[in-house]
Amino acid sequence: MAFSASPTAEQIAQGIRQRVLAHVLANNGGYLSQACSSAELLASLYGNVLNLASTDGPLHPADFDAVPGPEAPRISGGIFHGEPGPDLDRLIISPAHYALVVYAALIEARRLDEAALDQFNKDGSTVEMIGAEHSPGFETTTGSLAQALSTAGGIALGRRLKGETGRTFVFMSDGEFQEGQTWEAIQALAFYGLDSVRVVVDVNRAQCDGPMDSVMNIEPLATKIKAFGASADSVDGHNIAALTHALERPTGRPHFVLAYTDPVRGVPLMNERRPVLHYLRFTGHDERAKYEEFYEALVSTESVSSSGGQA
Amino acid sequence: MSTRSNIEIVTRPHVDNFINWSADKAEVLVLSADLTNSCEVGKWRDTYPDRFFSMGMAEQNMLSFAAGLAREGFEPWLHTFAVFLYRRPLDQLQMSVAYPNLKVRLVGFLPGITTPGGVTHQAIDDVAVMRTIPNMTIVETGDATEVESVVDVAHAVDGPVYVRMLRGEVPRLFPADEPMQFNRARVLSLGGDALDAPAELVVLTSGILTEEALRAIPALRSAGVSVSHLHVSTLKPFTDPTIVTALRSATAGVITMENHLTTGGLGSAVAEVMAENSIATPLHRMGLRDTYAHGASQPYLLAEYHLDALSLVRVAENVLDRPLGVSASDLTKVRVAATHSNAKVEAL
Repeated sequence: MAFSASPTAEQIAQGIRQRVLAHVLANNGGYLSQACSSAELLASLYGNVLNLASTDGPLHPADFDAVPGPEAPRISGGIFHGEPGPDLDRLIISPAHYALVVYAALIEARRLDEAALDQFNKDGSTVEMIGAEHSPGFETTTGSLAQALSTAGGIALGRRLKGETGRTFVFMSDGEFQEGQTWEAIQALAFYGLDSVRVVVDVNRAQCDGPMDSVMNIEPLATKIKAFGASADSVDGHNIAALTHALERPTGRPHFVLAYTDPVRGVPLMNERRPVLHYLRFTGHDERAKYEEFYEALVSTESVSSSGGQA
Repeated sequence: MSTRSNIEIVTRPHVDNFINWSADKAEVLVLSADLTNSCEVGKWRDTYPDRFFSMGMAEQNMLSFAAGLAREGFEPWLHTFAVFLYRRPLDQLQMSVAYPNLKVRLVGFLPGITTPGGVTHQAIDDVAVMRTIPNMTIVETGDATEVESVVDVAHAVDGPVYVRMLRGEVPRLFPADEPMQFNRARVLSLGGDALDAPAELVVLTSGILTEEALRAIPALRSAGVSVSHLHVSTLKPFTDPTIVTALRSATAGVITMENHLTTGGLGSAVAEVMAENSIATPLHRMGLRDTYAHGASQPYLLAEYHLDALSLVRVAENVLDRPLGVSASDLTKVRVAATHSNAKVEAL
């Protein structure tokens, strides 16, 4: 895939969708709906919002070495976000099953070698299916959902104690608002006035068992978050300008951008799989052929459909 | 060993010791979950208000929050009741703290049956749970000297540490200038001339039960039993060569005594070491035997669950298969346990 000199957020979003679809086709399955819903979120972060040090070109992911321990220092996937600095931003990824989408975003943002996806879910690789802190883009191990927001709070508090001015961003999925820990975290962020914490939530209203409103309702999300003492903006999660504005808007409080998204955005074929969209595994040759055909059409019209993943 | 009827009782040894110890350690923070005075860090909070963080009754968040602080180079010391560090927030403890091997210190108060708070407050399975957590270090305090010196032991570990902590009126069993040593048992009495010389009984105790054993051991010796007694403060790792040497010296049997279930704690650790070292001696594990406890005073519960000094004598008779002629009046006098004294006014 050819890169332009400096990709726009729109190009990153389009690239994420296309790259994840290609990967799902090549591997006969994957977390495609997460790419469809969150492409503009991650594109807005990497393309417009995050103040990160550059990497020395796209980095190649290390092989898995050892789990952390007394004889094995931690290896952080945060190196793909560049050298940390007191005035620079951090990004903590919470829903670790979005790993494929995160890797795709890092590739589109020129921080990860595109060959990295060849190692996805391969034995001995750090490019794991469910990302952990050694995986590209990950600083923490958050496959057990809803812990990253608390850890980000600790990181932000620690940074404040050290006099650092950079912001700490967190990328979350909406299902995590079913966990009690998320609300414990929000009350603590508000209590300590940690306005350097800025959270973007992929509110795709889809989870493992199916549509969220059939599993456990979380709404009215913005009202609840505000009642807990944080600020919240609800935006169209496919509108990069709106996302960027909401993410940058200072509020003097821990801030949540609720990005309402469409889990089949850009790949309308997936409507046929409703209501369960969490993980795509082709039912047979016919379904796979339809996705291949769709992908070919998508690639051939790439130059005219790079405006934010219009389906 | 002479009788211990005149044991010094130290009131709240952690309070000032921890304040003084923290003075030159700017990285040390305290996180509390609404049990600040109950965990003897109220004065610490007032001394170092900028380093104290109240996290409310929200332990899951507190564990993951501490992980974030540790990732930024701080050393959070979580103070709460032991049960609230590993039961409710076990996933956060494992995934946020233990997996990345972060320097988070978990100071757990009210171990085992030291509290009248009943089943919800009694950490009877904490050692068992913590022993299964990779990267975790476990240390247990048995007296005031260990309460004072455990902070250095924990501070030196490059990874998470769980401390079974004592509060309130704590006996000083060990000289103040003999601090807790990481992964080294204290040899309190010898059955022979040396640790590797044969002894009929080898007794290994931990935590508050060392004091109970110290009441019974003199009576056993007077009854002609050769007995070695070791106090164990490091429960993970469990690789102390002193312990292996002592276990090898037992001719009639080994007795462990712990303020915990007999499964997963000191007794289990000793059983594993004996099996792995082909030490073919009977082992009797004293502890809570597959039961929860209930709310009552420590002496009452120690007697009810057969964990007091007299129970040790009875177990010794069983292991030795002979009567020793020891009765309660032969034991070193019981310390007056002030369950409702001023020292525990804010007990719960």
